Amino acid sequence: MSGEVAVLGAGMHPWGKWGRSFVQYGTAAARAALADAGLDWRQVQSVVGANTVRCGYPGYVAGATFAQALGWQGARVSSVYAACASGAQAINTARSQILAGMADVVLVVGADSAPKGFFAPAGGDRPDDPDWLRFRVLGATNPAYFALYARRRIALYGESAEDFALVKVKNAAAGALNPNARYREAVSAEDVAASAVVADPLRLLDICATSDGAAALVLSSMDFARRHGAGRPVRIRAVSTVSPTYPRAVLDLPDIATDSAAAVDPLPQSFRASIARAAYEEAGVGPEDLSLAEVYDLSTALELEWYEDIGLCGAGEGAKLVREGATALGGRIPVNVSGGLASFGEAVPAQAIAQVCELTWQLRGAAGARQVPRARTGITANQGLFGHGSAVVAVR
Amino acid sequence: MTRTPVVAGWFTDDTDDGDGVDFRLLGTRCAACASVFFPREDSFCRNPACGGGELVEVPLSKRGPVWSYTDGRYRPPAPYVSDPDAEWEPYTLVAVELEAERMVVLGQAVPGVRVTDLAVGMEVEVVPGVLNENAETVWTTWHWRPVGAPS
Repeated sequence: MSGEVAVLGAGMHPWGKWGRSFVQYGTAAARAALADAGLDWRQVQSVVGANTVRCGYPGYVAGATFAQALGWQGARVSSVYAACASGAQAINTARSQILAGMADVVLVVGADSAPKGFFAPAGGDRPDDPDWLRFRVLGATNPAYFALYARRRIALYGESAEDFALVKVKNAAAGALNPNARYREAVSAEDVAASAVVADPLRLLDICATSDGAAALVLSSMDFARRHGAGRPVRIRAVSTVSPTYPRAVLDLPDIATDSAAAVDPLPQSFRASIARAAYEEAGVGPEDLSLAEVYDLSTALELEWYEDIGLCGAGEGAKLVREGATALGGRIPVNVSGGLASFGEAVPAQAIAQVCELTWQLRGAAGARQVPRARTGITANQGLFGHGSAVVAVR
Repeated sequence: MTRTPVVAGWFTDDTDDGDGVDFRLLGTRCAACASVFFPREDSFCRNPACGGGELVEVPLSKRGPVWSYTDGRYRPPAPYVSDPDAEWEPYTLVAVELEAERMVVLGQAVPGVRVTDLAVGMEVEVVPGVLNENAETVWTTWHWRPVGAPS
């Protein structure tokens, strides 16, 4: 184990479609996290921003943008981008600085202001950009890829659209209890079945929306946490930021084809499974130790795939877990008790940070009506396109 | 009107000069390790265990079983080209396993093939197709078509 860092504060700006600048959301989340930590902004020695590519230049230098908005006070700034995994990379950058002794207190912020509808590639005529090409040549949106995985699960494992809908019903029920969630109403299986097909077999309510929102964390060294009087803080014990291993045998966004395994056999374990495994190895825990998990439910079917990838069950057994209620609040291993992307919608750079905010509140026993009893260990998992893995293990 | 591939060098010429068309996707193969790349990789071999060899153009397998499939019920954003005034016509996407290359390649199905016409494991073949056209240019592409389906 390379060492732990303390989570002194967690904060969010509620998710929604507010139509304001991402800087406003991020600053509000940062102030909430600082207040939660009981720290003055001027005590922060480093700011790490998770970038957004949808909000112009300030979004590419998010660390500096938030530092300026909070009031320049000379802190070190850095800005990271790893698509959906940006937030975890920001946490990892902060952790590295703390463990290297470069800073005692680091603020991590991610925020986005998202357009309505499908995410689109960056503008211009760029035929050497795989993200541009998949839209130009195929019209392959993000939900198209989610749907390919979902159809594959139906064919391989006999899962059904009704199984996928159970994930939405579960996550909507949890999200209804979360004041930061965008969607806070119960959803029935009938509601899912009555929503429009977007990419067969997935319907609108199987697919996460795109949202505005922000999340922030104040991280510190364990020494600082003690000096600050934080008796038993939540600790981040592992951050996995692994990349794939050649050849990647599973088609992934934004690619038009997989790698070829003609010359080299793929590893038996998928890239997604390797993300969690690296986090477990670093933390010295396993899936059997988990109290809860937050996974990236870009679609309902993808949540089932994560159950397998983080080791909650074997391949093809994901639907069984959700049918049994094992992953619901009150179940054996609750997943996405925050409500998940199903209830939040995706605010890309904030999302992996929001996952850790939820672990923090759960591990503190401060999650209110959605509290998992006696939560001690949690994992987050997500994946950013272009080969970014992310998983965080937190304990208390 | 000129016929122009939507991306240069990804597939063979689709014009029939009388003796039939052996239409193929074109990838590259590393002369040192035999890794195949599609879309073509002309600069470097991406196998981490390979010192790097010459990348030679190679036609890909013509047929393979369906890995998965879906459709697009809503108009995708640009740079996908569609007439905003015309009613949206869903298209079908098919991911196909090429067994010799041990890879999966995505493509649109030939127009008229719907998700209800497909199944995982069904054999499909690559055929030339048209992506979109305007007054000057027909942009050509590849399509997947169930084997035995009428052309």
